[in-house]
Amino acid sequence: MIVFASLLAGLVFGLGLIVSGMANPAKVLGFLDVAGTWDPSLAFVMGGAIAVGMVAFAVAGRRTASLLGAEMRLPSARHIDRRLVAGSVLFGIGWGIAGFCPGPGLVSLGMGEVKALVFVAAMLAGMGAFEFFERRNRLTVPHAA
Amino acid sequence: MSIDWNHFTPLAALAGGVLIGISAAMFALLNGRIAGISGVLGGLLRPTKGDMAWRIAFVLGLVGAPLVYVLFAALPKPQIDASYGALILAGLLVGIGTRYGSGCTSGHGVCGLSRLSPRSLVATAAFMGAGFVTVFVTRHLLGL
Repeated sequence: MIVFASLLAGLVFGLGLIVSGMANPAKVLGFLDVAGTWDPSLAFVMGGAIAVGMVAFAVAGRRTASLLGAEMRLPSARHIDRRLVAGSVLFGIGWGIAGFCPGPGLVSLGMGEVKALVFVAAMLAGMGAFEFFERRNRLTVPHAA
Repeated sequence: MSIDWNHFTPLAALAGGVLIGISAAMFALLNGRIAGISGVLGGLLRPTKGDMAWRIAFVLGLVGAPLVYVLFAALPKPQIDASYGALILAGLLVGIGTRYGSGCTSGHGVCGLSRLSPRSLVATAAFMGAGFVTVFVTRHLLGL
């Protein structure tokens, strides 16, 4: 059931990205270009998603198990550190270069776009590099948190 | 700043946003997890027994969404202006950055802000700010 729910959630997410126009990098860049002619659409996507999300997370936060009986694994971290900010800045630079973040990259890949395939392959390589450095850190600094 | 009225699509944006919110709601309430796309993908590169099937299913749903959309309406063609070199650089930065920053537009932007998480607010401000500056530099300073 969890696997089926995940497939359905991925599908609905992808449909939302297509309907909202966010699977199109040119439209995302139109939002990020505040100094040019600005397309505020992305803010409306966030607004619609957050309005629904706030209700859902208010309910989810009070539960000890999911509706399908899975363990609740919502994040509890509260610290704001250099990793969070520097990582997010790097992500934002990459986002601004091509107009792709992870979801739209995957959806455009499903549309058969060769350029999306190149982006997704590079993104996976970047994630792989992160895993490599994390693993090496853990081996050389065994007591690091 | 002037509004690009030719491309601004508030109703479609809002409708698509609600779908994304429903997906995040399903994920939280049914699976007990955050629908963070970079986190779901990244976990596939750190294989753990019993933790792979739902991740693969979520990614398949995302990639398969266009195949379902096309049953109801004509699929819009994405406009990808970036060169192959730029796409590789962008992909590497997005991959490394989202993993170090523990999230992307979905995990921090949608789910985190919905949860009123201060961490996600900082992360979202950081990646949006960096996105604004990057587009300003590439389009208006470098004229790319």
